[in-house]
Amino acid sequence: MKYPKDGKFGEFGGKYIPETLVPAIEELEENYLKFKNDKKFKKELDYYLTVYAGRPTPLYYAKNLSEKIGGGKIYLKREDLLHGGAHKINNTLGQALLAKKMNKKRIIAETGAGQHGVATAMACAALGLKAEVYMGYKDTIRQKLNVFRMNLLGCKVHPVKSGSKTLKDAINEAIRDWITNVENTYYLLGSAVGPHPYPVMVRDFQSVIGNEIKSQMKKINNKTPDSVIACVGGGSNAIGTFYPLADTNSEIIGVEAAGHGLKSSKHSATLSAGSKGVIHGMMTYLLQDKEGQVTETHSISAGLDYPGVGPEHAYYKDTKRVKYHSATDVEVIDAFLLLTRTEGIIPALESAHAIAEAVKVARKSKPSESIVVTLSGRGDKDVEEVQNYLNKHDKN
Amino acid sequence: MTRIKEKFSALESQNEKALIAYIMAGFPNEKATITTVRGLVKGGADIIELGFPFSDPLADGPVIQNASTISLQKGTKIAKFFALVKKIRKETDIPIILMTYTNILYHKGYDKFIFEAKKAGIDGFILPDMSVEESKEYLKSAKNKADTIFLISPNTSKKRIEKISKVSSGFLYLVAVYGTTGVKTGVKSYTINAIKNVKKQTKGKIPIGVGFGVSTPEDVKKYIKAGADAVIVGSAYLKLIEKTSQNQLEAKITAFTKSLKKQTRAT
Repeated sequence: MKYPKDGKFGEFGGKYIPETLVPAIEELEENYLKFKNDKKFKKELDYYLTVYAGRPTPLYYAKNLSEKIGGGKIYLKREDLLHGGAHKINNTLGQALLAKKMNKKRIIAETGAGQHGVATAMACAALGLKAEVYMGYKDTIRQKLNVFRMNLLGCKVHPVKSGSKTLKDAINEAIRDWITNVENTYYLLGSAVGPHPYPVMVRDFQSVIGNEIKSQMKKINNKTPDSVIACVGGGSNAIGTFYPLADTNSEIIGVEAAGHGLKSSKHSATLSAGSKGVIHGMMTYLLQDKEGQVTETHSISAGLDYPGVGPEHAYYKDTKRVKYHSATDVEVIDAFLLLTRTEGIIPALESAHAIAEAVKVARKSKPSESIVVTLSGRGDKDVEEVQNYLNKHDKN
Repeated sequence: MTRIKEKFSALESQNEKALIAYIMAGFPNEKATITTVRGLVKGGADIIELGFPFSDPLADGPVIQNASTISLQKGTKIAKFFALVKKIRKETDIPIILMTYTNILYHKGYDKFIFEAKKAGIDGFILPDMSVEESKEYLKSAKNKADTIFLISPNTSKKRIEKISKVSSGFLYLVAVYGTTGVKTGVKSYTINAIKNVKKQTKGKIPIGVGFGVSTPEDVKKYIKAGADAVIVGSAYLKLIEKTSQNQLEAKITAFTKSLKKQTRAT
């Protein structure tokens, strides 16, 4: 859906927000519509994406991995090579630039694993803006290094001790800050979630991924990929990958975090196991109990540890354009080790979910078929987590 | 006519304004909620806003967030909540408004939830994350059953106030400050201006209630003087409940309520 009317993807999305935020959301939408097709804005963003962030990213044929599996050809879209180590910078540069055009001096953001927080801090430092980041208290412990990185970048980190003390509570707290400081503050949301226009805006800034895949694959074998795979938490790297390919014949698969398994209560597979509901200003699929209370989630990757999902994914699920599968923590660790050892690429645990699915798809496909996997981030931040896991499970 | 509308017209004929008290159901436990309601009625509160906890209360400040968390930990569930309202209804006819978040109603189904709430004795709803744009189904379900109280803010445009007051019934809830519940205190001049502007625009077609950060008799006095038809006090009640033992609760709530209510009678 190019630009959804009223922010609706079918019945999903919309604006379920406190009235105080309405003028801010309207101002944001107005400015986004004005600048998204503005030549000067696009040129400036393109400049930063190229010489600052490192775009375009390569599409790498993972020959060793493909041959080891012995099926289709796996290509990796190397978003892990971007400045900061993840796709998040595509969106933070776009939004920070927009905030600057809107004359907003104070930027707030939420972060789960810390990747969006770091990307926000970087974009704001580069563009001369002041950033403050909300982060669940539990995540500040799990991802200490990213807290320090944000501090080094001149960004204040607020640990959030309410609720489950993770990403969803960080978003609540960022929204509360925005309500309080609505007149001078820009909320730089990190995923394709939240009230309209965030889901469509974040998708548009991330669509550079899918657009590049399209033209790179065309150069390689003059067609679109047979399959495209990306991991889904809130779903920003996935929607950026999927949206430009949605009108092609490619099979598209989103991979959620199955944690300890979909039958356990410890997972974050919103589309696979959730039901419709309202959270963070949007109608979407949601992990909730019988009473409509949002439940706590689990994933080995903090970046997928979120009970909601972007509304456009909810729409793609219901219209069956995209298949949503999931990978368990165990499968993810195996995929992480496999990619690391065959290709010398350490993926983020989030991205390893997509790798786990790619292995399954490749096994069933022919060598003439191509499978593109968005490697959304690098795994340096996760090595300690993986080491702990391996020690605990005696897998070394 | 709903209990809420009846209350406002009765107050008007007495030249009085309304005191609305917000408390969280099941905070710190069900017994305390029943006792608090008795204190509120005795002290002269006109309407009770009963909070139902939600896991992600994004419009609330720390006091109500904490009360939500405790209420949920104590096992507050929808069926138990309706049973509690029924119990309260045996003692009093005071209008009761349910304040919670959209997902609680949506998940059960607007029709079903509103039907059961009405049966238990709920007179109206306040959903701080329900925007007028998304309210079609909700309004349809609530029609002729319960009042739908929408919120406006000091930064809400005239055009939106027009749109929102059309779908609001019972009263229109003016959020006093930029912020969440119970954080910013003291009366701001922009709030006074907002009250005057909204009153002028709505021309008495719907009462205006002012809430968020209203905590003292002095605040109540100033907002009433500016033209508010009702004031809503919430976090201040929760703070009082939190620090008061069960055996003193009713008396303390009565006394605090009297001190607030007095300011709505002054002419």
